[in-house]
Amino acid sequence: MKPSDPSGHDSLWREEVSFRTADEQYVARRQFGTFLVLTSLGMFVGNLWILAKSWFFQQPLYPLRPVARAGDIAPGAVKLFQYPGEHDPCILVRLGSGEYVAYSQKCTHLSCAVYYEKGRDRLECPCHEGYFSVRTGAVLQGPPPRPLPRVRLESRGDQLIATGITLNPEEI
Amino acid sequence: MAYPPAPQNEKGLPQGRGLSAIDGSITLIVILLIVQMWWLTASLEAYLSGHRESALPAAIVSGILFVVCLLLFLFIRRVDREVRGRQ
Repeated sequence: MKPSDPSGHDSLWREEVSFRTADEQYVARRQFGTFLVLTSLGMFVGNLWILAKSWFFQQPLYPLRPVARAGDIAPGAVKLFQYPGEHDPCILVRLGSGEYVAYSQKCTHLSCAVYYEKGRDRLECPCHEGYFSVRTGAVLQGPPPRPLPRVRLESRGDQLIATGITLNPEEI
Repeated sequence: MAYPPAPQNEKGLPQGRGLSAIDGSITLIVILLIVQMWWLTASLEAYLSGHRESALPAAIVSGILFVVCLLLFLFIRRVDREVRGRQ
């Protein structure tokens, strides 16, 4: 084949646009292969991004914030509050045993608001029927891929103070 | 109008054989890509769950999968050039 430029290489359009039917199959496959490899590169970059986020991760400083008075909530009742920011809804539940637990109210599936179902003693997401254990936040059923982030609570006098958020229930 | 003759490559590889090699390589790349996609999803879920220790092995495995895909792609390019007589 006659080269199209003095350097002896075919120009790009000759590589990518063939006038022979037999060659078109090769061009199409090569272009598809290029697309696949670029997709693979994109996913590798995604993994590198996760690695960078893990290496440079710093535990955020959570504020101390009173969320309720100890006697204000009856066993089996709930209280909604925002923590750590004004746009982070959380749910505080007083269990039948008298213990307090609090979780982020955003379902880990698609961020719908979960609510406490007293009769079944679990947190439920109404959007796709995802159920969470009210004692640990672990997923009991449904599409949520992760447990609910748990709000750490401390009792100081008659005040319940939120002190931080735990993503991994095993850390509790 | 007379069409140009069918391409003759220097090594005499038949067109169909080259296409089979390329199709096989693309199939392998697609399989590796599905594994890599699952790997990225799993490592993202682990990261969001607070398990940050799995990020390094996940990145290494993803890098290996990418390199294998790249090698298969270079193989495709080589077969393409050989069969179409561009070398």
